[in-house]
Amino acid sequence: MFDLLGTALSSRLLLGTAQYPSPAILADAVSASGTSVVTVSLRREMAGGRAGEEFWSLIRSLGTRVLPNTAGCHSVKEAVTTAKMAREVFGTSWIKLEVIGNHDTLQPDVFGLVEAARILSEDGFSVFPYTTDDLVVAERLLEAGCKVLMPWCAPIGSALGPVNIPALRSMRAQFPGVPLIVDAGLGRPSHAATVMELGFDAVLLNTAVAKAADPVGMARAFGKAVEAGREAFCSGMLEPREVAMPSTPTIGRAVFS
Amino acid sequence: MKLMVNGEAHEVAATTLAELLAALDYEGDWLATAVNSDLVHKANRAEFQLSDGDRIEILSPMQGG
Repeated sequence: MFDLLGTALSSRLLLGTAQYPSPAILADAVSASGTSVVTVSLRREMAGGRAGEEFWSLIRSLGTRVLPNTAGCHSVKEAVTTAKMAREVFGTSWIKLEVIGNHDTLQPDVFGLVEAARILSEDGFSVFPYTTDDLVVAERLLEAGCKVLMPWCAPIGSALGPVNIPALRSMRAQFPGVPLIVDAGLGRPSHAATVMELGFDAVLLNTAVAKAADPVGMARAFGKAVEAGREAFCSGMLEPREVAMPSTPTIGRAVFS
Repeated sequence: MKLMVNGEAHEVAATTLAELLAALDYEGDWLATAVNSDLVHKANRAEFQLSDGDRIEILSPMQGG
């Protein structure tokens, strides 16, 4: 069990719900991944439309927790209002806080992020900030009231995987007691396993599963990779060395010449 | 009164937010509303008086990453 802000979760994989070929495949992928938290969003509803109702009904049928996001928000005000609207609709004070600073890279505006995180934390939200691997920003987010941090490992949707492992390692070392969730940039199960081996508490991903040729199979693969990475971290891995070491004992070896 | 609803101009007779939702055929408890960038709680829609030029956002659950 994974304790996240006082909630016991059965999986360390958090899964996005966007870009799947169909609602049925989304539902099957969620089930195959073993996740217990899915991310959701809010968008304009058409007059007389019921798209939101249909989607919300599907999500509720999955039996997972939801983590609403503020995707697409570029200002503190937008993000704060979207978070409040999400709390009302989804009935949770958890919010994945995104304040986007750059249209092309989707890099977070970390200054706006800290400001919005403070406002929302004071208003009773549990803020999951989508941030960079910058340690000073991380400090500021914690001071602003965040109890969890979600650094990217590469740009959203890039599938590059962890591009700066030393920075992630340093973040893990700097904040040993803070739940750290790698959010964004994971492309393959091995990427997820890698960051879990570094001691990250969980991963959040979407595109790598939704855009796979077989999203259900990929969801299952990521679920296994996250478990494997976690178990490896907990089991204590060997440090690499540059010389050979025989794995078979040499004592008692027969001598034939 | 002229309003902007989800980015589109509307001329409506409604005077409250609840009346506006009904007039535009919005229904259901899965909607969230904001007027001029501030949340208006579901419970306050019936008494929330609209003013000419108000910008209304009506949002509902959607897929997200």
